[in-house]
Amino acid sequence: MVRRPAARPVRGGERLEVRKTYKLYVGGAFPRSESGRSYEVLDGRGRLLANAARASRKDARDAVVAARKAGPAWSGATAYNRGQVLYRVAEVLEGRADQFAAEVATAEGLTAARARRAVEATVDRWVWYAGWADKFAQVGGSANPVAGPYFNFSVPEPTGVVAVLAPQGSSLLGLCSVLAPVMVGGNSCVVVASEARPLPAVTLAEVLATSDVPGGTVNVLTGRTAELAPVLADHLDVNGLDLTGVAGDAALAADLEARAAENTKRLHRAPGAEPDWTAAPDGPHRILTWCETKTVWHPVGT
Amino acid sequence: MTVAATSIGTPGDLVSATASDSALRRFLHGLPGVDQVGAEARVGNLATRSIKAEAKRWALDLAVRTIDLTTLEGADTPGKVRSLCAKAIQPDPDDRTCQSVAAVCVYPDLVAVASQALAGSGVAVASVATAFPSGRARLDVKLTDVAGAVEAGADEIDMVVDRGAFLAGRYGEVLDEIRQVKGACGPAHLKVILETGELATLDNVRRASWLAMAGGADFIKTSTGKVTPAATLPVALVMLEAVRDFADLTGTEVGVKVAGGIRSAKDALRYLVVVHETAGAEWLRPERFRFGASSLLNDVLMQRAKQRTGRYHSPDRVTID
Repeated sequence: MVRRPAARPVRGGERLEVRKTYKLYVGGAFPRSESGRSYEVLDGRGRLLANAARASRKDARDAVVAARKAGPAWSGATAYNRGQVLYRVAEVLEGRADQFAAEVATAEGLTAARARRAVEATVDRWVWYAGWADKFAQVGGSANPVAGPYFNFSVPEPTGVVAVLAPQGSSLLGLCSVLAPVMVGGNSCVVVASEARPLPAVTLAEVLATSDVPGGTVNVLTGRTAELAPVLADHLDVNGLDLTGVAGDAALAADLEARAAENTKRLHRAPGAEPDWTAAPDGPHRILTWCETKTVWHPVGT
Repeated sequence: MTVAATSIGTPGDLVSATASDSALRRFLHGLPGVDQVGAEARVGNLATRSIKAEAKRWALDLAVRTIDLTTLEGADTPGKVRSLCAKAIQPDPDDRTCQSVAAVCVYPDLVAVASQALAGSGVAVASVATAFPSGRARLDVKLTDVAGAVEAGADEIDMVVDRGAFLAGRYGEVLDEIRQVKGACGPAHLKVILETGELATLDNVRRASWLAMAGGADFIKTSTGKVTPAATLPVALVMLEAVRDFADLTGTEVGVKVAGGIRSAKDALRYLVVVHETAGAEWLRPERFRFGASSLLNDVLMQRAKQRTGRYHSPDRVTID
């Protein structure tokens, strides 16, 4: 997969670097694309970094199947437990901060210091969302006054499988800022990583795989956003669609929204331009975007 | 891999083989051995066949038409059987071009319910009988079981062979039982369940297939669905070779039913490929080939919808059976 430099004679003490193959993350495993395709990923200055798997329509389908299958385990976990798992993601990510800082710096063409700050902000974002896990229901739900001898509660519940088109610019902080709120609510998801900067997403998948996130809860696809997005928007077993990754492309966003309407997916519409991810999130709105409201009536006891 | 009819013998050999216990044993043990590695390689190779577009649509439609929609649970109720029958007649309410399934398969006590619900629809009623799934009951009990199901309106009887007797080598006893059940079936078709998961070897599968066909089976069926492993591709291959050779030898075409563990349309297409490549195209019809399944139908319907609309489908849009 990875293009290697021309072979040099190996003298005593010198060793060949072992390079990583960047693959997909589907159902808790790291498969190559079923299509066998890959594409070149360049760094901020246009030099070849690695080849990433170029996911196909069928990979997207498999990812949705994996996400659907993982749904009950993740949505059935207690809110407290989900919070712990997300906090664990932050812990593991912190431990690999150097690796992420290096990857973000090369992917986005940032200085080492700025890349480091982006990684730190990412860890903090996971902790922030982990804290919301057992709190957003109090904010998004309500006890409703009704004219009768009943308690009436509205509670947010996960919508199911959410397809996330990750931001194209911010390869780690932006990605986690859209991924974490989907997970907090108890949804499982299929993430299409930034097309030009997919490598931090694949490394994040390794973090998720070792943080007690049940396999299949998050599935990461790398490849062409314009190829994968319509498949996910069309898919009748996808319940939500985050269009953040097509920010600025109004025509594509409109097409995807029309496709998503077929089974009335929950939608996060594409912003006009990619937001500034370093800004603190505006409350639990993103979490509640991926929740359905369930209202129950209960007789008042004596 | 293939068994030429000449290596089996002549039609007369089969008749004389069933004349006595020792002749039967000689015949069954004289059948050519099955190369298990070869069988697995063959089906592995066939499983990689790519079925696309028009051929896929045709195969999915065929899969629907060859399904015996099955419910065999202790918790079955008349209501559940009636709703299953409605689904059997009109599998996809969104698509009127979708044809009915071949049959509905139930326990004997629910045959009357199914028979009433399916009257005039062209969908057959199949019933398991003979102390399904273990087959461990006295012969007179088994025959009463069969006669009761036929009387209640069953068009097809799925009997289980006595694996205990078969594995102990009492082939004559098994043959006699199949013949008596065939007699009790009257006009109903007889499917003989070999329960290949308990037969241990493919050689035994081949022997049991011949034994069932010699006993008068209209269909030979892999499994009850209650034992793991249930249907597998190598087992289906061996059984299809047996029916092909039996047809070459005697001119009688016996059907094959694969049952148990087939849940995805992709699996179903693989079986259809093996049928086509082993027994031939004339077996690709409900009179000669069946799937015994429950959840398979939903997956096939979802695949049909995908072919029709271009969108991947959702399990939320098919019935929960």
